[in-house]
Amino acid sequence: MWSMILRRIGIGIVTMFAVSVIIFCGTRILPGDAAQIRLGQEATETNLAAFRKELGLDRPAHVQYFSWVKDTLSGDLGVSLASDVPVTDLIRDRYKNTLYVSAVTAVIGVPLSVLLGILAAMFPGGIYDRVVTFISVTLVSAPEFFLATLLVLIFAFYFNFTSAVVVGGVEGKTFLEILRHFFLPIMALCMIIAAQLIRMTRAAVLNVMSSPYVEMAILKGVPRKRIIMRHALFNAIGPIVNVIALNLAYLISGVVIIEVFFAYSGLATLMVQGVQTRDYNLIQVLGMLFCCVYIILMLIADIASIVSNPRLRHPR
Amino acid sequence: MSEAAKNPDTDNVILDVRNLRIIARREDGSTLNIVEEIDFTVKRGEVIALIGESGSGKTTISLAALGYAKPGLEFADGEVFLNGRDVLDLDRHGLRNLRGREVAYLAQSAAATFNPSITIGEQVTESAVLHGIKTQEEATKKAIELYHALELPDPEQLGSRYPHQVSGGQLQRLMAAMALCGDPDLLVLDEPTTALDVTTQIEVLKAFKTVIREQGAAAIYVTHDLAVVAQVADHIVVLYDGKIQEAGTTDQIVNSPGHDYTRRLMSAVRPTPSSDLASAKQEETDAGPAMEVKDVTAGYGRNLDGSPKVTVLRDINVKIERGHVVGVIGESGCGKSTLARVMAGLLPASQGDVLLDGESLPKTVRERSRDQLRRVQFIFQMADTALNPRHNIREIVGRPLEFYRGIRGRERTDKVAELLQMVDLEPDMMSRLPSELSGGQKQRVALARALAADAEVLLCDEVTSALDTIVGAAVIKLLRRLRDKLGVSYVFISHDLSTVASFADEVVVLYAGRVVEQGPVKEILSPPYHPYTRLLIASVPELRIGWLEDTMGTREAMAGIAGAVDLNAPGCPFSERCPLAIPGTCDVEVPPNRVDESGEHIIACHIEFSGLEREQTAV
Repeated sequence: MWSMILRRIGIGIVTMFAVSVIIFCGTRILPGDAAQIRLGQEATETNLAAFRKELGLDRPAHVQYFSWVKDTLSGDLGVSLASDVPVTDLIRDRYKNTLYVSAVTAVIGVPLSVLLGILAAMFPGGIYDRVVTFISVTLVSAPEFFLATLLVLIFAFYFNFTSAVVVGGVEGKTFLEILRHFFLPIMALCMIIAAQLIRMTRAAVLNVMSSPYVEMAILKGVPRKRIIMRHALFNAIGPIVNVIALNLAYLISGVVIIEVFFAYSGLATLMVQGVQTRDYNLIQVLGMLFCCVYIILMLIADIASIVSNPRLRHPR
Repeated sequence: MSEAAKNPDTDNVILDVRNLRIIARREDGSTLNIVEEIDFTVKRGEVIALIGESGSGKTTISLAALGYAKPGLEFADGEVFLNGRDVLDLDRHGLRNLRGREVAYLAQSAAATFNPSITIGEQVTESAVLHGIKTQEEATKKAIELYHALELPDPEQLGSRYPHQVSGGQLQRLMAAMALCGDPDLLVLDEPTTALDVTTQIEVLKAFKTVIREQGAAAIYVTHDLAVVAQVADHIVVLYDGKIQEAGTTDQIVNSPGHDYTRRLMSAVRPTPSSDLASAKQEETDAGPAMEVKDVTAGYGRNLDGSPKVTVLRDINVKIERGHVVGVIGESGCGKSTLARVMAGLLPASQGDVLLDGESLPKTVRERSRDQLRRVQFIFQMADTALNPRHNIREIVGRPLEFYRGIRGRERTDKVAELLQMVDLEPDMMSRLPSELSGGQKQRVALARALAADAEVLLCDEVTSALDTIVGAAVIKLLRRLRDKLGVSYVFISHDLSTVASFADEVVVLYAGRVVEQGPVKEILSPPYHPYTRLLIASVPELRIGWLEDTMGTREAMAGIAGAVDLNAPGCPFSERCPLAIPGTCDVEVPPNRVDESGEHIIACHIEFSGLEREQTAV
C-alpha cells in the first residue's frame, strides 16, 4: 500500500512539472505581449524593444522557463508584468475571498449533498428520490448566471434578506457581515456542487446496493440504515471522494462567473484579468497554483480510495 | 410460536409451504408464473432438497422461506408458514426480525456474498448481535466454536481477517458459520458447493452435514446435483419449470424414481469415473500429432531475465494426436486455462515451443499468420461474455468465414445456415441476438463460430461447466459427433473428471502447474494412479446414500483437507497432501517421470508403478 501511495505522490510531482511546461508554452502562444499592452498601440518599436529587454522577454524561451522555475521554487513569484506590483501582493488581496467562499461552501455543501445522495439511494424510485433527482438534474443543467440571477431576485429583492452583491472583501468585516455579504455566492456554489455530488453519491451507492453482499445483508435481517452506512457506503467511497475532490478544485479555480456576478474579487477573476493584460508572470503563477490544488486534491482522493480498499490495506 | 398450535400438524413442523405461486410482471403488465402449486413441509432436524435445473424455480422457492422475492418477482398466492406464522404477511420490520434469527440463508458464491471491506468476524456475528440474540462477546465465542466445528484454520484469529485473505472453500464454510451464529431454526442452502472443486466440495459437505446435525436445525438444500443431494437430504422435491414433479424420501427418489423427469436427471448424473467409461481407442495415424506442446514454462509478469514473475506452468509436454480428445483436468488454479492460453498464443510461453503439425508456432497471436490462427480455435466457458451481445448470430458465425476463408454474401449466409444445422440449431435463428438464446444454444453458437474457421484444433475451456447437466451432456454428444465427422482434435479442459473420463482419449492431470500424470484414459482411470489422480477420482460424489460417510474416513479424503497449493514448493508440489508422501524425499526432490512399458502412461512420482499399484489396490 505504501509503495502505491508513494508512487502516486511521485506521479503528482512529475505531472506538476509537465503542467508547468504546458502553462509556459501556453502563455507564449497568446497574441500580443505585456510590453505591447503596457505601452499601448502608439509605442514605437524601439520603446517596445527596450521595455521587453527590461522585463526579460527578449531572452530565448527555454532560458526564461528555467529562470522562472528556479525563482518559483525559491519562493520568488516575480512581479506582475502589467502593473509592476509583486504577484504575491495581487494574490494576497484575493485569496482570502476565494478561500473563505470555498471553505464555507465545502463545509456546508459536501456533507449535505452526500447525505441527500445517500437518502436518495436508500429508497430508489420513491417520491423523495424522484424529487431530489428532478431538482439536481435541473440544477446541473441550469447555467450559473441564471441560477445567480434567480437567487438575487428571490433573496435580495423579494425577501430583502441579503445584499445583492458583495461589497469589498472579507477583510475588516465581522463574521455576521461576512455571512450577509457572501450569503448568495455561497448558496449558489453550494447548489452547483450539490447537484453533481448528489447524483454521483446516489449512483455510487446504488451500484453497491445491487451487489450480492448487500442482498445477503438484507437476508440476514440487517436494517436498511445499517446496510447503507456499514455495508454500502464504505465500498462506494472511492468514486464519491473523487467527485468531491473535483468539485473542490472547481471552487478554487473555476468560479469566474459567480465572482463576476456578485462583484467580489477572487483568484478566478484575477486569472481572467491576467489573460486580458498578457501578464505572463501572473498567469503562470495562478496556473501553477490551480494545478497544485488539483493535483493535491486528486492525490488525496487517490490515497483515500487506496486506503479504503481492504485488498490493498491488508494484503494476503 | 403460539400460533403453531393452530396448525393441524405437530410442533415439529418448522416450515410449511402451501400452494405457493410467485409471478413475474412483464413490462406490458401481463404476468408470468415463475413457480406455482408448491406444497412442502420441513420438520425439525430434517434436510429437504429442492432439485432441478436452472430456471426450475428452486432458488425462488427457497427464498420465499425468508419472505424475500428477487427484484421483479412478487408473491401471488399461497402461504409460507415459518414457526406457525405466515411470513408473506409480515411487514418490513417483521421480516427483518425473522431473517437471521429464525431462518438464515447461504448463497452459492461466498466470494460475492461476503462484503470485501468488513472483517469476517464482524460479518459472521453481525446478524446475531443486531437481533439481540447474543452480545458481541457471546457471538464471537460462538463463531469461534463454529470455526472449530467447520475445521477452519486458525479459529482464534480468523475473525480479524478480511474475505480476500482466505480461500474460496474456506469462505463457503465461513458462510455456514455466518448462518448458524444466530442459532436459526431453518437454514436455506442455495447450491453451496456448486462453485467448488470436488476435493473442496467433500470437506464442505462434510462440515455442513455435521453442523446441521449438531445444531438440530432444519434445512432446505437447493441444488441441481442429485449425487450431492443423496448425501445430505432426507427428503427430495424434484422441480421442473416451476412445478413439483415428484417428492419423497431420498431413498425413494434415488432408488426408485417415479417420474420421467427424475429419471432423466438421474441419467445425466455424472457417472463415477472408471475405465469402463473410456471410449474406444482412436486408431493411430501416421501423420504425427496435430499439435504438440514441448517443455513449456509460462506465467504472468516478467523478470529482467525473461522468466515470468509468477510461474504457473512448468515443463509441460503434451501431444494432441489428430482426431483425438485430450482432457486436461485439475483443481482451479492448477494452470489448466493458462495452458490453453499458451496454445492459443494469448499468453507467450517464456520457454518451450508449441508445434502445429510439426511446425513451431510463433509465441503470440500477433506474430501468427492468419492461416495459423485459423487452424487453432478457442471456445470459452462463458458463451455469454464470449459472444458480442450486439451482433446477431449471422454476424457472429459469418465473421470467421469472411475473415479466414473470404466467403461473402449469399454464399456466406448459406454456409452459416449449414454450420448452425451442424451444431443442431435451426438456421432461422440467424437474425437473433445472443441474449435471446439459452445457455446451451449460446455454447453451440460459439462452437459453430470455431467450426466456421475450419479449425484443426479446438481448445475447449470448461465449455460445459456453466451448463446444466442435461444440457451439458448434449453438448458433449455434439462435440463427439463433430469429431467423428470432421476429424478435428480437441483439448478439453475441465475440472469435472466424469465428463473428461467419458469423452477424452488421453488425459493430462495438472497439479500446481505441473503434469503429475498423463496417458490414455483407460490407464488414468485404473491403478496405478498418481496419488492426486486417486484423490480426484475418490472425491467425485456417487449417487449412493452413505457415500459421503464411507469416503470421509479414507485417507484420500483426509489428504484433501490439507493446506493451500504452493506453486513454488520445492520437490513434489503434492507432497503436503499426499497420503503416500515419503518425508525427506517428496518434499525436497522433484519427482522423476516414470513411464510404463507401453511408453504412453507417465506418472511423476517418487514411488514406482508397482509400489503405487500395491498401495492403491490394497485399500
